[in-house]
Amino acid sequence: MTAGTTDALEPGDVARRLGATGYLCDPELATVTFLALRMGRPLLLEGEPGTGKTALAEAVAEALGLPLVRLQCYEGIDATQALYDWDFPRQVLHLRALEAAGGTAAGVGGVAEAEKSLYDERFLLARPVLAALQQSPAVLLVDEVDRADDEFEAFLLEVLSTYQVTIPELGTVRAATPPVVVLTSNRTRELHDALKRRCLYHWIDHPALEREVAIVRSRAPEVSEALTRQVVELVQRLRADTGLVKPPGVAETLDWARALHHLGATELDLATAAASLGALVKYREDGERVRAALDRVLAP
Amino acid sequence: MTTARTGTAGTAAVHDADEVLLGFTRALRAAGVAVTQDRAQQYLAAVALLGPAEDGTRAAGRATLCAGPDDLARHDQVFAAWFDHRTGLPRPRPAAPTTTTYAALPLSDAAGAGEGPEDDADVVRAMASDTEVLRHRDVAALSPAERARLTALFATVRPRAPHRRSARQRSWHRGDVDAARTLRASLRRMGEPAEVVHRRRATRPRRVVLLVDVSGSMSGYADALLRLAHRFTQAAPGSVETFTLGTRLTHLTRALRVRDPERALVAAGETVPDWSGGTRLGENLQSFLIRWGRRGMARGAVVVVFSDGWERGDTALLAEQAERLSRVAHRLVWVNPHRGKAGYEPVQQGVVAVLPHVDDFVAGHSLATYAEVVEVVARA
Repeated sequence: MTAGTTDALEPGDVARRLGATGYLCDPELATVTFLALRMGRPLLLEGEPGTGKTALAEAVAEALGLPLVRLQCYEGIDATQALYDWDFPRQVLHLRALEAAGGTAAGVGGVAEAEKSLYDERFLLARPVLAALQQSPAVLLVDEVDRADDEFEAFLLEVLSTYQVTIPELGTVRAATPPVVVLTSNRTRELHDALKRRCLYHWIDHPALEREVAIVRSRAPEVSEALTRQVVELVQRLRADTGLVKPPGVAETLDWARALHHLGATELDLATAAASLGALVKYREDGERVRAALDRVLAP
Repeated sequence: MTTARTGTAGTAAVHDADEVLLGFTRALRAAGVAVTQDRAQQYLAAVALLGPAEDGTRAAGRATLCAGPDDLARHDQVFAAWFDHRTGLPRPRPAAPTTTTYAALPLSDAAGAGEGPEDDADVVRAMASDTEVLRHRDVAALSPAERARLTALFATVRPRAPHRRSARQRSWHRGDVDAARTLRASLRRMGEPAEVVHRRRATRPRRVVLLVDVSGSMSGYADALLRLAHRFTQAAPGSVETFTLGTRLTHLTRALRVRDPERALVAAGETVPDWSGGTRLGENLQSFLIRWGRRGMARGAVVVVFSDGWERGDTALLAEQAERLSRVAHRLVWVNPHRGKAGYEPVQQGVVAVLPHVDDFVAGHSLATYAEVVEVVARA
């Protein structure tokens, strides 16, 4: 499905189509996604870790039947890792091959010809952003953009406003259809206003009880319904308890439900729950708190 | 917009939908959300797509006009006020009051020097200059006039950012071979082997996080500490973050990025809702760690806490949070205004609780001690 067919979409359709891929979202997120598709704006998602920011991009790609191009940001990432790079060793080899074949017969025109052949598309290594523009339509996921330096943001800005990349030796690569862009951030630092202004913003919260049960049911159908409900209820209660160093996200709920299932549980019991706690909480202090909570909840 | 705001239910129908929506963006701007013209345009486009129903308008506003969780809360508040009952709309901010800049100091170090070549042979000068005295005076005990002079002296505090090694590489005359650059250079000579280019890791300014206690017991120092924070922010705007701790945690970085110190302090005053309130240090540190610190702001950073350690709440929580903070941060510096005073013993429960987890425990009651703080941070 391309921009042409998104015209007929309604926010409700977006929720339904995302739901068909196993991504259950609340109406507001569906509305923002709809706006991003229709307005051709990048979507900036922020929220606690494990609330499904990255998963949304994957679901959108699957729902629209588009390839997903992922750019994982990290400190020190620069244009050669995000955009394109020339394959220098192959270029040098090519030059040597030209020398061996043609010898010195080439005149001035030959030199120009040889130089032109050096900067051919086959020596171009397309990194994620260029790949997304070339493959268009595509879904471009810029993951954890807050980890990149602020210089990199300025560079993203340029790409996201024009959806084109200029390669001095080759010319301008323009996306036939602008890609659907999803940026995610964990708010380790405040993004620059200029970048935020170009995006639609959405803060993803932890889902409510019923939705989380539905999510776990759809993502891990092998886990029994009774176990799912018990797990989700406990996790929701843990989240409400602000004492935890790292409240578990949906990803952890899923992990834990699966872990319990692998241990053969069909209902939550103290022994298996305590044994598989490593899937739910990742801090020693949290482990102790959760164990105490388990005792309270599961004690007969 | 003026008519839209004063319009009553009877006359509301004459207003264009766009006018009402744009009026809302103005109201939102007045409430402190940075709504720019292009955001407002996007908002109109989004509402046009979603239809004028309440849900659509709300979702459009949240997506296009907001830039963070704080903005979302403000948006919902203004939304309710603007479209429902129209009371409680925030007023536009009054213009920043103009402040006079104080002229040169009445006495300078140079005033006593050079009175004659004959008198300084065996006379020991026992009097320090006024400025030097002022540098060592307790900030909280100054008269308003002295305070004003001290304000001017803050320009002499010159913080330097600490450095760390970055993941980026810079070319250098020795070190690892930079294969890409070397090959690019050789390509320029049609494949002839060229000079080998080296590279090494570059350095970047390390992040500095300042947590300033603005509770009642610290009220005498709040002004001076914020001026110090302003100096830090101006020295390295991208890598310094400031928060105030009081009854709640307030992010102050944006206000302190204003270049002029007086205007920055006015902006800070408008941002912080809880001057001279109580302190819940432990809870504040906890919410800092949860909302900002652990996600990355404090990671590898130099965290400086300006506080006297008066804790209203549970000191066990404070100790736990300080320990966590020291584990996340590169270095934890605790600046206590009472430390430099004669006869001070770290006996307050709060200070006792945090002391085991603190890397540097320094004084912070006078300009001279602030220069030391600057030095400690630069060396971290």
